[in-house]
Amino acid sequence: MATTAETFPRKVFRPSMLLYDKRYRSLTIQVVVLFLLMGFFAWLIDNTLTNLAALGRDFSFRFLGQTAGYDINQRLIDYNSQMTHGRAAVVGLLNTLLVAVLACVLATVVGVLAGVLRLSNNWLVAGLMTVYVEIFRNIPTLLWILIIFAIMTEAMPPPSAFRGEDATSSMLLWDTVAVTNRGVYIPEPLFSRSLGVIDMGSFLISIDLLAIVAVVGLSIWANKRLLAHATAVQNATGIRPKTWWKSILILVLPIVALLVVLGFHLGYPELRGFNFAGGTHLRNSLIALWFALGIYTGAFVAENVRSGILAVSKGQTEAAFALGLRPGLTMRLVILPQALRVIIPPLISQYLNITKNTSLALAVGYMDLRSTLGGITINQTGRELEGMLLMMLIYLVISLLISGAMNVYNARVKLKER
Amino acid sequence: MNKTVLLGSIAAASALVAGAASANTLQEVIDRGEVRCGVSTGLAGFSAPDANGVWQGFDVAMCRAVAAAVLDDPMAVEFVPTTGQTRFTALASGEVDVLARNTTWTFTRDVDLNLRFVGINYYDGQGFMVRGDLGVGSATELDGATVCIQTGTTTELNLADYFRANGMEYEPVPIETNAEAQQQYLAGACDVYTTDVSGLAATRASFADPENHVILPEVISKEPLAITVRDGDDRWAGVVQWTFFALVAAEEMGITSANIAELAQGTDNPEINRLLGTEGELGSMLGLDPEWAIRAISAGGNYGEIFAANIGDGTPIGLARGLNAQWTQGGLLYAPPFR
Repeated sequence: MATTAETFPRKVFRPSMLLYDKRYRSLTIQVVVLFLLMGFFAWLIDNTLTNLAALGRDFSFRFLGQTAGYDINQRLIDYNSQMTHGRAAVVGLLNTLLVAVLACVLATVVGVLAGVLRLSNNWLVAGLMTVYVEIFRNIPTLLWILIIFAIMTEAMPPPSAFRGEDATSSMLLWDTVAVTNRGVYIPEPLFSRSLGVIDMGSFLISIDLLAIVAVVGLSIWANKRLLAHATAVQNATGIRPKTWWKSILILVLPIVALLVVLGFHLGYPELRGFNFAGGTHLRNSLIALWFALGIYTGAFVAENVRSGILAVSKGQTEAAFALGLRPGLTMRLVILPQALRVIIPPLISQYLNITKNTSLALAVGYMDLRSTLGGITINQTGRELEGMLLMMLIYLVISLLISGAMNVYNARVKLKER
Repeated sequence: MNKTVLLGSIAAASALVAGAASANTLQEVIDRGEVRCGVSTGLAGFSAPDANGVWQGFDVAMCRAVAAAVLDDPMAVEFVPTTGQTRFTALASGEVDVLARNTTWTFTRDVDLNLRFVGINYYDGQGFMVRGDLGVGSATELDGATVCIQTGTTTELNLADYFRANGMEYEPVPIETNAEAQQQYLAGACDVYTTDVSGLAATRASFADPENHVILPEVISKEPLAITVRDGDDRWAGVVQWTFFALVAAEEMGITSANIAELAQGTDNPEINRLLGTEGELGSMLGLDPEWAIRAISAGGNYGEIFAANIGDGTPIGLARGLNAQWTQGGLLYAPPFR
């Protein structure tokens, strides 16, 4: 036994082993490639800096502090032309996020409905949904955006058509909504006994909004406690106490009371001067972008949902039926929880797609990040490289945040293996 | 992975910069055999392709004059349509050699963007166009109006300043090209279209019912529209600049495309002789041959002829000479002496 150890050669490392020894060769190749890659990027960066210097341009983000000088039509925070390019970029960023969130919600609702309905036993419904999916996902997004925008601007009446005794157009829904070729005007919520705002330095927060969010949150929490209690009683006694009227009271009463206290009323749009004034103005660019992105991506979500549901084996449904569950409950309690595991990961990609596709906003003049920072600001200051890098960084961060949040959700619904 | 993406995009951006500006554009143009000229994406009278796909217009004629002077062929021009957003990048990256695209000469663009504005070929100002049936007679009545505007232009800033200074509200509708703006305005999606007055006149001329649209009397800014080249190539800047001055001087001296052949035989006027190369060596100082100016002027006529043929009273655009008359006629056109 003692002799066996001596039959192996001693472990001596020779440089040639880096190339000829299988254990080290792959490592050598990786290191060499890494150095080549780093050299390549170093050359690119150096090339950029040299060329910038040759053009007499420096690399600086000081332009973000300069006065912007241009106006932005849709602003979620206070902004005027005397504020800085940095502020304008933030206004654009908020507009990007707004349309991205709206489109994600629409895409999810449309997608889930269409995906479930496409599996319907009703031939007509399933057929219609197939047509929807195939039409929308096979025509480029930009065209959908332009089509909806064109319909809104070309086919809707101008505000002047609402004017005078012989007006050719009238407002909808008891004179509360005006659909014009400049956008849709809807009533806005107003508070006659407002609690005011909190000044956060660079932006304002409405205390009314905070109060509403707090009350709704508390109501939902209280309702959950109520249901948990009911379940506990059911487990102990076998009889579930009636909770529906308590739930309604808990959910509805506090918020109604708060709205009454705040003096909630609606501000209606009315024709004044060139345009409608009052109410909330949903611009055509927002509507076009929102609906086009929502419905286009909805088609992809529908396919994700369908594949997720089909991935759950038929035996699960049959087993649920055998236990006496009705089809609705089967879907909710058995199929969907398992289907979500398959649906969520591709859904993350669709949300990311929507967020990135909002940069098509420029086509219809929606003032998103691409149009403010990446458009007008770059143009007025001539800082293309800085502006583009900053914009890419912002989109990157947003996308990573979305995918991070969705991954957390995915971890919660995925198969728990114990 | 994400780092790789970021660096990759830096790479893409730097590739853009890497194509920039060699210092001898004149030689490059001669070797290539054509001038690359940045123009608008289509503005009737200034630069737009005609029915045969040949670019025509006031700005186009400037480029043709440069091509004639340098290459002896006014048609040796490749026209590159640029938007308000892409024009400076196109010039800086070397995609075009000269930019003749209604570009306003401003301090920042000249100094910070490192452009070289070689000559103002049209003195303009920003104005407003509205429908006649709106009953608006002055820009001060535009409070609350929806205004269509080309984004990435100086007009955007002037507009903000003007409405602010007059304490009026407005709703800007940013638009990428003149054609889209026209479509939006005609659909009634905006009450007002604002751009340089020359551009408004050109746009109105292409409407089916030009008489129903009014250009308001207020001119809210100075817009010296200049021919632009890259900074850092003085020889090429000189060629473009003096080609333009040759067109201006030709009008002042009465040299037209009709009589130039006769005048090129030699005259009693020494400045005409110097310009047309029968006397002195101005051409070789530019790096060109003595007949450069003859060719430039023959290409489309002198400044006045180009103006009259493309945007003057006799055309649908119908612009008066106004500020763009010779200094001897009460205008601002003034070419330095050829000596």
